[in-house]
Amino acid sequence: MSVYPRGATKDHPLMRWLLCAVAIGFIGLFLVLPLAAVFLQALKQGLGVALAAVSEPDALAAIRLTLLVAAIAVPLNAVFGIAASWAIAKFDFRGKGLLTTLIDLPFSVSPVVAGLIYVLIFGLQGWFGPELREHGIKIIFALPGIVLATMFVTFPFVARELIPLMTDQGRAEEEAAATLGASGFQTLFRVTLPNIKWGLLYGVLLCNARAMGEFGAVSVVSGHIRGLTNTMPLHVEVLYNDYQFVGAFAVASLLALLAIVTLTFKSFLEWRYADEIAAVHHR
Amino acid sequence: MSLSATFLPRKNRSRRVLPGFGLSMGFTVFYLSVIVLIPLAALVIRPWSAGFDGFWRVVVDHRVFAALRLSFGAAAIAAGINAICGPIVAWVLIRYRFPGKRLLDALVDLPFALPTAVAGIALSALYAPNGWLGEPLSHLGIKVAYTPLGVVVALTFIGLPFVVRTIQPVLADLSEQAEEAAATLGATRLQTISRVVLPMLLPSLITGTALAFARAVGEYGSVIFIAGNLPAISEIAPLLIIIKLEQYDYAGAATIGVIMLAASFVIILALNLLQYWAAARR
Repeated sequence: MSVYPRGATKDHPLMRWLLCAVAIGFIGLFLVLPLAAVFLQALKQGLGVALAAVSEPDALAAIRLTLLVAAIAVPLNAVFGIAASWAIAKFDFRGKGLLTTLIDLPFSVSPVVAGLIYVLIFGLQGWFGPELREHGIKIIFALPGIVLATMFVTFPFVARELIPLMTDQGRAEEEAAATLGASGFQTLFRVTLPNIKWGLLYGVLLCNARAMGEFGAVSVVSGHIRGLTNTMPLHVEVLYNDYQFVGAFAVASLLALLAIVTLTFKSFLEWRYADEIAAVHHR
Repeated sequence: MSLSATFLPRKNRSRRVLPGFGLSMGFTVFYLSVIVLIPLAALVIRPWSAGFDGFWRVVVDHRVFAALRLSFGAAAIAAGINAICGPIVAWVLIRYRFPGKRLLDALVDLPFALPTAVAGIALSALYAPNGWLGEPLSHLGIKVAYTPLGVVVALTFIGLPFVVRTIQPVLADLSEQAEEAAATLGATRLQTISRVVLPMLLPSLITGTALAFARAVGEYGSVIFIAGNLPAISEIAPLLIIIKLEQYDYAGAATIGVIMLAASFVIILALNLLQYWAAARR
């Protein structure tokens, strides 16, 4: 059948078995075990105790705050992502590469640095600290700071999914719509958005998961005020440091469930709409 | 498209047909400046209030230096572990068929999706001296939690998907014909892998490893619970930023922040250069 020995393009069965064992072992040890630990630690004293821990007032306040922050930060970043990819994918201009790099920048900045920069601007000893204090406006240790820090760390998510996708799709359809007399927003809502809807959803999904789970950046600007400025991840930290392990893992398992739902939905999108978000994966 | 390309000068073509360049570009630049660029500029300006000497005094401080060394060193070790295990995971996921492969593939993204604080307390519970893994390891005389080794474990967790997800598409696109050609020319399997497959994977392997390193250097949430945070031993640089902020030492916090930001810029620059190199090599 073939002129070369079969073993030369296929791995030896023993090798296959060994590599599979290494891969599965590595993933099991580093990924599955921690995930399982979250749920098992939460249920250590039974489901009732875990449920009580996530329904006490401070936990509920943390859940509400997390939802509120995501509800502000994610739509803003989605609108930004659409605007940025419209400008970058549909037009030619100098400095496109630089702009794309700058949009990706928050991904390589430490979350703690992301929080720090807003403290340096709005904190008591920051640029605008004295003025803000005079007018009684609180940004750091309050909701606006938490939202800003979350926006920073989730900044590139939607844009980086949409830019390659819209570049791939080209401009022909939008140009046709414009030639037929559609206004800019008509073109956007009737031509572009339907074309990118699954890619957009994909980006929003990842953006939301990070927004709800962000810890480092939010930790710097929140001030850890129980029941007021603690998001869910911060509430986990407070409980854990108080040695309330069951409570900490109970709230943590809510976040872990969010991660599992996100991954399931993400895998589904990748499988069902592979073509429509494909550009993203062929960079 | 080709018609308009022929009859209109390139510069005006798209602008004449499609509206909204000014609006979308204006909003993009405005939003980028307000959320990212101006705040980062505020960081870069801050540490110099006491001149370069003041900056340098913070850097060479024993505790700061140790924290920076730990953050960069542990990130490098973790990236190294992922540079070895990541390609194996990618290879198994692309080339082999076995039950549960889809699940395994989806699981690789877990560190992206799982909030870092959750990963942190989970790893800490596992590797604590009385934990599932910590107890057997302690019988072997290995302490993971509350030591620099714990930092490495957390950073390995965080970095894995960067390497796997960067290599995977390249490996999937790799045609087996090149391997067949090598085999017909008499190469052994080992030679084929090391001389044909690995060189083609190399740019993506370097990129993935650099991304994992960049993420690990700045990582906070998954580390602080398992690290134990002993000053100058298992205290990472991002935590020291927070400690300095709590002491209202803004300049000191900004100094560490600037060093970490500079590291990010160097990595971004290196990756862009790598892309040019890979494109030129093709």
